[in-house]
Amino acid sequence: MTDLAAGVAAAPRLAEIDVPGRTRQEQVFDWLLRGAFLVMLVWSFVPSDMHRIGEVLTGGGNMAMLLGDFFEPNFRYWRTYLDLMLETVQMAVWGSFLSVLLAVPFGLMSSANLVPAWLHFPVRRLMDAFRAINELVFALIFVAAVGLGPLAGVLALTIHTTGTLAKLFSEAVEAIDPRPVEGIRATGSSRLQEIIYGVIPQVLPLWISFSLYRFEANVRSATVLGIVGAGGIGMSLSEALRGFDYAAGAAILLIILLTVSLFDIFGARLRKVVIDGEEHIRFAGYLAFLAAIVIGIEIVLRTGPV
Amino acid sequence: MTDIQNHPAIQVRNVSKTFGNGRRALVDVSVEIGAGEMVALIGASGSGKSTLIRHIAGLVVANRGEEGGEIAVLGEQVQAGGKLSRDVARIRRRLGVIFQQFNLVPRLTVLTNVLAGRLGRMPKWRGTLMQFSHPEKQRAMQALSRVGIEITARQRAATLSGGQQQRAAIARCLVQESEAILADEPIASLDPASARRVMEILSDINRSEGTAVLVSLHQVEYARRYCRRTIAMRDGRVVFDGPSHDLTTDFLREIYGEASEELILPDAEDFAAAHEQAEQRLVASA
Repeated sequence: MTDLAAGVAAAPRLAEIDVPGRTRQEQVFDWLLRGAFLVMLVWSFVPSDMHRIGEVLTGGGNMAMLLGDFFEPNFRYWRTYLDLMLETVQMAVWGSFLSVLLAVPFGLMSSANLVPAWLHFPVRRLMDAFRAINELVFALIFVAAVGLGPLAGVLALTIHTTGTLAKLFSEAVEAIDPRPVEGIRATGSSRLQEIIYGVIPQVLPLWISFSLYRFEANVRSATVLGIVGAGGIGMSLSEALRGFDYAAGAAILLIILLTVSLFDIFGARLRKVVIDGEEHIRFAGYLAFLAAIVIGIEIVLRTGPV
Repeated sequence: MTDIQNHPAIQVRNVSKTFGNGRRALVDVSVEIGAGEMVALIGASGSGKSTLIRHIAGLVVANRGEEGGEIAVLGEQVQAGGKLSRDVARIRRRLGVIFQQFNLVPRLTVLTNVLAGRLGRMPKWRGTLMQFSHPEKQRAMQALSRVGIEITARQRAATLSGGQQQRAAIARCLVQESEAILADEPIASLDPASARRVMEILSDINRSEGTAVLVSLHQVEYARRYCRRTIAMRDGRVVFDGPSHDLTTDFLREIYGEASEELILPDAEDFAAAHEQAEQRLVASA
């Protein structure tokens, strides 16, 4: 009886067990990371003008004036703005479509599980190059090649987006389950048929989702291409801002903001429907809503005073 | 060209396979399956059953050179000396393969999955564009009806149960008009009722069409029940090749040792026999 009582009393005084902490090596690594981060910040401080950051506050007067103009947007030329915004979206439509067409073969050709290294290595490097250069730079090049206007913008979007989509497409292909492909191969199919029956059905929802996402991104990118004369609303925006007409600039920015948000919100929902593969009716509803907006704008623009 | 009738369905001669990690999966394996035979291939996990089947289907190549041996199906060479034959697609067309994980394309309909079995037997452009003729679709529906799942034709393959998926895979083999079938652990992922159903369908195809079937199994009971002949493997070697009824529990223990328990379901007969033995031992010790 006394033994038992002693046992209960002794229970809280269990022997200490070492809690395993981070090893020496891990600790050194932690400090290395922190040090590298700090060095990076200090190294870029002066070259990026960070010693002048206080001027954001001291230049308050200018800022206030700018903001004041922005809060009184001038929609006098709204017909032109809407027209140019539609052109911007239309450029994104064709830029995205052409890039999807190109990204399918390029994406398949940069998938390590489908093609040998001598093919996917150079194709990947080419796609890297497409991706590394900004749309604006491509637009400058194409303006020189095909002249001012939306065609240069569409080509710029096409090249850059092909690089991005091909990479995303090939990553989806490299993550597929190889067993269904083997099942198709075992029926005596050709290589191309293996891809069409075994690979594409597995990656299609992802591919559609990526393409929709890139379309949204292209609407955003297309709004600035006009700055270098490659079509779209960017031209008007840069003219307004350079002419210190901030009220007009604000109107254009608001239209861009509205359009881009609309595509962001609906794009995300459409992508969700595609991935889940259900709710076809809702999908049709979203599309009908977007179509109604576009048709409405077209009618207003065409029937209004010239 | 010799008489086609004389060709065995499957011929494997002196095939060895060493994987990249140095594991010897097949060691000088030679096996022959005659036309119209139904043969079980048994062995514990890692004994080389699947590897052998994947070699016969030309999905894996054996070691380079001498060690690669030679594999022929229906008189046509699949691979030799570790190199796939150039006409491997033509041989695959005549050879149906059924996999443990079914290997259907989950997002395609059951019907399209079954129709894929025709790919090797129709013009390439039509297969590539997924354009199937009415007679082809009819044949696919007949095959689905034979395995008893014609009502699932329009469903995506992913929505089917394991047993139904395996039957769809068999329907694909039927549509393919395979002259020989390789089945790699077709029932290992199925419940007992589905497993029996699948084995009965395979056995029926073997009997009525005379299609040779090589089926790898994890459990000896199914081999005894459905196949006259059994090939047993262990550590990449063939350790038994003969009538299935010679595979008594004692004999299995002799070749597999402790691992034999993995291969034997305590079915009624064995249970009774074991019980009897135990009683005799009790009597003897008394």
